[in-house]
Amino acid sequence: MKEQHHLTVTALTKYIKRKFDADPHLQGIYVKGEISNFKQHSSGHMYFTLKDEKARILAVMFSSFSRSMKFRPENGMKVLIQGDITVYEPSGQYQIYVKEMSPEGIGDLFLAYEQLKERLEKEGLFLQQYKKELPKFPQTVGVITSPTGAAIRDVITTIRRRYPIANILIFPALVQGEQGAPSVVKSIEAANLNQGIDVLIVGRGGGSIEELWTFNEETVARAIFASDIPIISAVGHETDFTIADFVADMRAPTPTAAAELAVPHIDDLMEKVLNRQARLIRAMKEKVSAQQNRYNRLRKSYAFRYPRRLYEQKLEQIDRLTESLVRNASKLSGTKAEQHLQLAKRLERRHPEELLRNSKDRHSHLTKRLDRAMSGILSEKQKEFTAVIATLEALSPLRIMERGYSLSYSEDGKLIKKASQVKKDDSIRVQLADGQINCIVRNVEESEGNG
Amino acid sequence: MADEKALTFEEAMEKLEVIVEKLEEGDVPLEEAISFYKEGMELSKLCHNKLKHVEGQLTQILTDDGQVVNFSINEEE
Repeated sequence: MKEQHHLTVTALTKYIKRKFDADPHLQGIYVKGEISNFKQHSSGHMYFTLKDEKARILAVMFSSFSRSMKFRPENGMKVLIQGDITVYEPSGQYQIYVKEMSPEGIGDLFLAYEQLKERLEKEGLFLQQYKKELPKFPQTVGVITSPTGAAIRDVITTIRRRYPIANILIFPALVQGEQGAPSVVKSIEAANLNQGIDVLIVGRGGGSIEELWTFNEETVARAIFASDIPIISAVGHETDFTIADFVADMRAPTPTAAAELAVPHIDDLMEKVLNRQARLIRAMKEKVSAQQNRYNRLRKSYAFRYPRRLYEQKLEQIDRLTESLVRNASKLSGTKAEQHLQLAKRLERRHPEELLRNSKDRHSHLTKRLDRAMSGILSEKQKEFTAVIATLEALSPLRIMERGYSLSYSEDGKLIKKASQVKKDDSIRVQLADGQINCIVRNVEESEGNG
Repeated sequence: MADEKALTFEEAMEKLEVIVEKLEEGDVPLEEAISFYKEGMELSKLCHNKLKHVEGQLTQILTDDGQVVNFSINEEE
C-alpha cells in the first residue's frame, strides 16, 4: 500500500477531462432543457444551468457564439442547444459548451415553420410517390442560388471535379430577405421554361434560421413541387431542415453534397464503361471458344473419324435383309405351290366325268332298285290277281250255271229278271253253261209271291 | 454509326449493358453475337469518348435580361 503511486488531483482531473473530450458522443450533441441561474458577463460570455425535472448541467456560451443569436435567453426559457461536453478543471465540474441555442416551442418563425410543414404534409406535397427520379447522367445541371455565395463555388468546383462533361447553367437568385422567395420561385420557373436542364440544384450556404427562411416559404415549396425538372435541395448545413428539403425530390445536406448527388463521378463511369467493355470482350471470347470447342468435338466425333462404320453396318443389314427376303420368297412360293396342288386335286375330284360316272352308277343302281321294286310289286299283284281269279272262279255264274242255272236275255240283250219283261211270241235267248238256246215265248204266266 | 453519335451517354450505356448481358447469357447465335460484339465495342468507344471529351463543358449564367453568358468563379474571392 505504501508503495502505491498516488495521483495528484490535477492528473486525475486531466485524465477525466481527456475521457470526456475523446468521447464522440459528447461532442456536438443536442440537448434541450430549461434555463436557470442565467448570468451574462460584461465580456459577453453567458453562464447558466440547463435543467429538467430530474437533472441539471452547467452551461457556458462564449460571446463568439452568442453574438449571432437572435434572441436573448432568460430564466425559465426552454431552449434547444448544440454543444460539446468537457470538464472545467479548476472546479472539477463537467459543463456543456454551447455553440448554438434556439428557443424551443416558441418563436413566430418556428411556429410558422411547423404549421406550414404540417399543412403541406397533409396536402401530400412530401409524399414519396411525387418524388421524381434524378437523371443518372445529366448533361446540363441548373443551379438556383446566389451567384456570389459560397454555395455556387462549392457546386461548380464539385461538378467540375466529378463530372467535367456536364454543363452548368446558373439561375441567379436572391436567397435571403424579403425578395428571396419570389426570386427563387422566378428562377425555378425560368429553369423549367429553359429546354435541356436535366436536374436543378436549389439552395444556399449556411446561415441563421432567418437567413434560411426563404426556403421555408410556401411559394418556394409549391414552385419546387410544381417543377417538371427534378430538384435537389441544398440549404445551409447538415442540421438545417427547411420546408424546401421536404418537398424537393432529393435533399442534400450541403451544396457540395447536392453537386455530388446531381452528377456521377466520371472515374466511376469510366470504370463502368471499361468494365462493360471487358465483359463484352470476355463474353465474346467465351462464345468463340465455346463454338470452337463444339466444332472440335464434332470434328473428333465417331462419325467423322470412322466414316466407313456409318455404312458398313448398313451393308451388313442389307445382306441380312436380302438373305431373309430370298429365304422367305422361296418358302412362300413352296407354300403356294402346295396350296395349288391341293386345290388342283380338289378340282380333279370335282371333275364332271367323275360326276357323270357317279351319276351313272347311281342311275343303274336306282334302276335296279326300281326293277326290283317293280317286279316285287308285280309278283305281289300277280298273286293277288290269282287269288282274286280263284275267288272269282268260285263265284262265277258259269259255275252256278253248271249246276243247272241259266240266264235269259231279251232280244235287245237285256237280262230278263221279271216275267213282265216278256210278252208272247218274243224271241229270247237262254244262256247255259255250255251254250245257248234261242226260244220263242208261248205264254207268260206271272206267279204270285216269290217263286 | 451516324445515329449512334446522336445517342446520349445514358442511352449508350443502357444499350451497352443490354448487349453485354445478352452476350453473357450465351444463347445468341454466333453471327448475331459478332454483330452484338461490334455494336457493343462501338458503344463502349462512344461512351469512352464522351467521358474523355471534356472540352464541351460550359458554365453559364442567365442574366437579368435573359441572356446566357459564360460564368467563372473568382478564384481570388
